[in-house]
Amino acid sequence: MDVRAQVSMVFHLDKCIGCHTCSIACKNIWTDRKGAEYMWWNNVETKPGTGFPRRWEDQAIYRGGWEKDGDTIVLKGAGKAKGLLNLFHNPALPVLDDYYEPYTYQYLNLIEAPAGEDQPTARPVSLITGRPMDIKMGPNWDDDLSGTPDYARQDPNLADLSLSEREALFTIERLAFFYLPRICNHCLNPACVASCPSGALYKRGEDGIVLINQDVCRAWRMCVTACPYKKTYFNWSTGKSEKCILCYPRLEAGLAPACMHSCVGRIRYLGVLLYDAEQLHAAASAPEAELVARQLDLILDPDDPAVAAAARASGVPESTLEAARRSPVYAFVKRFGLALPLHAEFRTLPMLFYVPPLSPVMASLRAGDGEDRPRHAVAKRWDEAGLYDTRMEELFADGACSRLSLRYLARLFAVGDEAAVAMRLRRLLAVRLYRRQQTVGDLDAARLSAALDAAGYTAETAEAVYRLTALAKFDERFVVPPAHRETAIEALEATDERKGAAGFGFNRAPRRP
Amino acid sequence: MNALYDLLFIAFPYVAAVVFVLAGLARWRTVGYTVSSMSSQFLESDRLHPASLLFHWSLLALFLGHAFAFGFPDAVLALNSQPVRLIVHEVVGFSFGLGALLGLAGLLLRRASDPRLRAVTTPMDLVVELLLLVQIALGCWIALGYRWGSSWFAADLSPYLWSLLSGEPRIEAVKELPLVIQLHILGAFVLLALVPFSRLIHAFVPPLHYLARPYQLVLWSRASGSPAATPQAAKARNGLRRLQSAKKV
Repeated sequence: MDVRAQVSMVFHLDKCIGCHTCSIACKNIWTDRKGAEYMWWNNVETKPGTGFPRRWEDQAIYRGGWEKDGDTIVLKGAGKAKGLLNLFHNPALPVLDDYYEPYTYQYLNLIEAPAGEDQPTARPVSLITGRPMDIKMGPNWDDDLSGTPDYARQDPNLADLSLSEREALFTIERLAFFYLPRICNHCLNPACVASCPSGALYKRGEDGIVLINQDVCRAWRMCVTACPYKKTYFNWSTGKSEKCILCYPRLEAGLAPACMHSCVGRIRYLGVLLYDAEQLHAAASAPEAELVARQLDLILDPDDPAVAAAARASGVPESTLEAARRSPVYAFVKRFGLALPLHAEFRTLPMLFYVPPLSPVMASLRAGDGEDRPRHAVAKRWDEAGLYDTRMEELFADGACSRLSLRYLARLFAVGDEAAVAMRLRRLLAVRLYRRQQTVGDLDAARLSAALDAAGYTAETAEAVYRLTALAKFDERFVVPPAHRETAIEALEATDERKGAAGFGFNRAPRRP
Repeated sequence: MNALYDLLFIAFPYVAAVVFVLAGLARWRTVGYTVSSMSSQFLESDRLHPASLLFHWSLLALFLGHAFAFGFPDAVLALNSQPVRLIVHEVVGFSFGLGALLGLAGLLLRRASDPRLRAVTTPMDLVVELLLLVQIALGCWIALGYRWGSSWFAADLSPYLWSLLSGEPRIEAVKELPLVIQLHILGAFVLLALVPFSRLIHAFVPPLHYLARPYQLVLWSRASGSPAATPQAAKARNGLRRLQSAKKV
């Protein structure tokens, strides 16, 4: 067993309010630079929707990720032969207009415009050419626009849904959508790393963070194609690719990444997972139906003495083991069985997991009919004119009666396996019922225990899920393993020679030569 | 006049070579950050497609052709000893020359006509693009106007280049060549000297080591790396096909 540690993430979609604070935190720290304006290492998408860049999930266009080839897997749009032959023109490379043209406004004109008949305006200008431009697209222009023809209807994940199912998703009265925040998945089988002809991309052994060596990158652009999540970006000014670095300078200082630290909904969790590197190939090349299960099986139980012994033998520090035991990610993914990887069918073994969103309350508002007929207890009168009608026995919908199609969620999070998603939703529902019983106490005990049984939960587990979901403080949400810089190469170098020369940034301005 | 020839065809080539090697290595080692192909495909992809493919593959073929005639002049002369083979050789060479010319002209037009591309174009980009255009045009002119260049290159120029390399330069043959050809020779050395100061440097960092490397790279900051990732252990396990085999820093 070759046990390795991976700093992993869980995003709890039920808690995401789509505020984009994460994106702004990331932007302010890392990508507020020339050539990087269009990059959103962290972005938030409205689903169903097309995402960023447009239709990134459609690998028929972008050729990202791996595909099965007999017993093994090969890169879909890159690789040794394909990559080198396509150096001079990469046919599957997304271009700027698949993202958007970055822009700013001529604010100075508001102050400096000469007196005239009209109010001065701040015209938008391109951040690339400096010319006035018409803004056609922004990084989150699909925000809350699910249901519109331009966005939701173009979502590649809708391919499995029947026409009526799709229309049901888009009917304005019944519209349902959720937010999907995305950062780099820091995959165990990263297609970007495998695709880089220069060898500029690498995975850090100690914590699994995937990085691009800016000194080695030669702008062959294969990583942009190969990443199926489109989380490597090409800096058009410096001629280098860049990607989410999981705020490793913060992590090494024991801080949470900026996007996670700033998360208003506290949806983000970060912690260590232990996995068996020997099983990677088998897991990544498993049949499609087994992919999610095989990926989850890779993750080892840090409380198992045999795992701990193997981890020590593999050189995992004791402090990392300890962090793995307290890992909220392990809790959500394995102990609670709530979180799933996004698009496991890309076969990169992504290490960012999502708790799928519990469907919105199945309710509608309709005109009151004036009658005082008996209604179910949870149906409430809204006001004199309208009736807030939950239209079912329960306040919260279970998977079978979901406004968000189960099939759609399964396409995103479970390679089409609806049962896997339904199970997660059942567990979320069980926790809600458990808490309702605790706080309101109006539930039938048999009903509650049936819900817990269906979820495979005990009352203790439900309580633990509730605590980690709703009450967890900073130190519980982010269990950052010590970076052990004392064992790192830097410690072996003469640090006094580096004094005044180390730190962030470049010792030469990142300008085109 | 002789002094001028000595300066241009003896001194200058050496200066160009020294500049190429020293300045190129210095840039690669100290500001590796600037060593990039500076691809502009992200800003404009459609028109890049035909022009870039035509230009790069043609230029690669031309470079290899010149290098082969330089390295193995006898083989080239033997190849050209039959008229049919000579004509085919010349036609193929000229076609690549024309391809490179058309491709580069397409690239220049593309760069000039797109405001986004103009925003990422440096003066040096234009200098090397125009120089290359002139160089390729001269090459095509030579191929048309001074027939059987593949043979006289092997017979006259290859010895000249070898004499430079051996440190005992002989430029008698070069002196007698027409001006067009002399300019083509000079152009080559000018371009060589510009490599360390321009985007041309990307031609000298071809990622051929990709072919030999395992797909995945895992770097350990611990000097020891992962004990389980020794080559022996890697052989023993059915891990991601050398995928996670450790490359130690």
